[in-house]
Amino acid sequence: MTEIPLQHILFLSTALFFIGVYGFFTRKNMITMLMSVELILNSVNINFIAFNKYLFADKLDGIFFTIFIIVIAAAEAAVAIAIIINLYRSHKSIDVDETNEMKY
Amino acid sequence: MKAIIILSALGLATMFVGVYNFKKALLPMILLGLLAVIGINTMEWNTNIHYYNDMLYFDNWAVSFTNLILAVSILVFLLSGQYFKKNTDHLEDNYSIIIFTIIGAILMVSYSNLAMLFIGIETLSISLYILAGSKKTSLASNEASLKYFLMGSFATGFLLFGIVLLYGASGTFHLHGIKDYVIENHASLPTIFYVGILLMMVGLAFKISIVPFHFWTADVYEGSPTLITAFMATVVKIAGFAAFLRLFFTCFSSITEHFVPILCILAVLTMFLGNITAVYQNNFKRMLAFSSISHAGYMLLAIIALKESSFIAILLYTAAYSVATITAFAVLLMIKAAHQENDSIDTFNGLAKRSPFMAFTLTIAMLSLAGIPITGGFFAKYYLFANTISAGYTWLVVLAVFNSAIGVYYYFKVIIAAYFKEGSEEKLSIFPAYQLVLIITAIATLLLGILPGLITEMM
Repeated sequence: MTEIPLQHILFLSTALFFIGVYGFFTRKNMITMLMSVELILNSVNINFIAFNKYLFADKLDGIFFTIFIIVIAAAEAAVAIAIIINLYRSHKSIDVDETNEMKY
Repeated sequence: MKAIIILSALGLATMFVGVYNFKKALLPMILLGLLAVIGINTMEWNTNIHYYNDMLYFDNWAVSFTNLILAVSILVFLLSGQYFKKNTDHLEDNYSIIIFTIIGAILMVSYSNLAMLFIGIETLSISLYILAGSKKTSLASNEASLKYFLMGSFATGFLLFGIVLLYGASGTFHLHGIKDYVIENHASLPTIFYVGILLMMVGLAFKISIVPFHFWTADVYEGSPTLITAFMATVVKIAGFAAFLRLFFTCFSSITEHFVPILCILAVLTMFLGNITAVYQNNFKRMLAFSSISHAGYMLLAIIALKESSFIAILLYTAAYSVATITAFAVLLMIKAAHQENDSIDTFNGLAKRSPFMAFTLTIAMLSLAGIPITGGFFAKYYLFANTISAGYTWLVVLAVFNSAIGVYYYFKVIIAAYFKEGSEEKLSIFPAYQLVLIITAIATLLLGILPGLITEMM
């Protein structure tokens, strides 16, 4: 069986990154925006693993970094959900367009 | 390094002291702890130790930036006693999260591995998302927290993508490893390396609010609780610029021609947009937010110059800027404590009659921010601009000086409100802790202006 070339994996991760960026800019629902951010972080994870396996297989640096990212993404998601719940209590909505207390 | 361990223990201890209901002992304990940490940290001066397999590197720059962060945090904690007096429900949580934020900031000024940079930035940011929303019943605070979170996590994504591309090209996270890689492959760096630099620049620019990544700043500064805004405006700027400079000076100083033009454009945009928008603000917190953006523009000049002396320039500038900003927020907090729930510049009307002392310290702070001689702000600007001219960017300095002139307009608006406008006649009494903070900051501002050699010759 032939191995999947590195380029294919990089295409996948870059596509995921831009799907995340696109979702972040177009969606107004906070949960969906949070999901978009997670997509961006996971595309980075894929990149790290791919680079580590294909280019620098003698050390595990990239894989360790991925573990850091997963832990921090979990912490970030916990805080994000807390913020969103708190906002839902006051606004009765999780649409970002409704949060417009402050204007220029 | 010891600073980080002791602060972590202090943060945990703070939580437990809260659980066992010794709330009176909290603040003295934290202040003593921070003072002790400054002492212990200073003992690492000139030791240049690499910690944890070269993850952290405490050189003299790291030690001095750490001390600056700790000193500013002590001032914020001094203000906090009175600020949280009405609402002591989650006092220990607030305090311990502020301490964890400081740990993140210290990691950001002492990292020598990109993993530590990432962890430092996230420790700082995640704590700040919580702190920005810590006034749970206030709509504005919730909204500030949400906006900060969305923008911050988005920026983190860019930063990480930058790191992964640098890793893909060089195979290492160590700053010195990347530096060696750049020097070895000077002529034939792959494209992903440049894209990586660019993306990391975007990620860091978000954190220090460089135009065009600044749009969250005004809303977050306005909506967050005022004390947290003071903390955010000072500590995050210090840590962010130190991290930015450390990365670019160590790794990329031999390939400046590829990113300095971009930084020049960003600096010019940041200075003009920050200053011009600040002129039109009526809300004091928003005005300080835009003024912080314009100061970020000036400080970017030090990164453009990218020399060893840029560190001194950033250290002096952030010190002068932080001290003056803390004064401004302390005066605002004091006025607001006298039952005026309003952040508009009009709240300063007639301040000179209500409390001459506060009007005087506010004036010193504003003069320092505007860069008028004998204050710290003047010397810091002078040093920064001289540093930039010696690196050959005279045109940038000309624009920066022009911008400082615009800045004088809106800083003087506050002084004029305090001295020449009619306002409430009621006398303002001042809390002892606030008086202490104002005296310390006023003396520090003047000292930085009159005897700047204290810092520049030490280095």
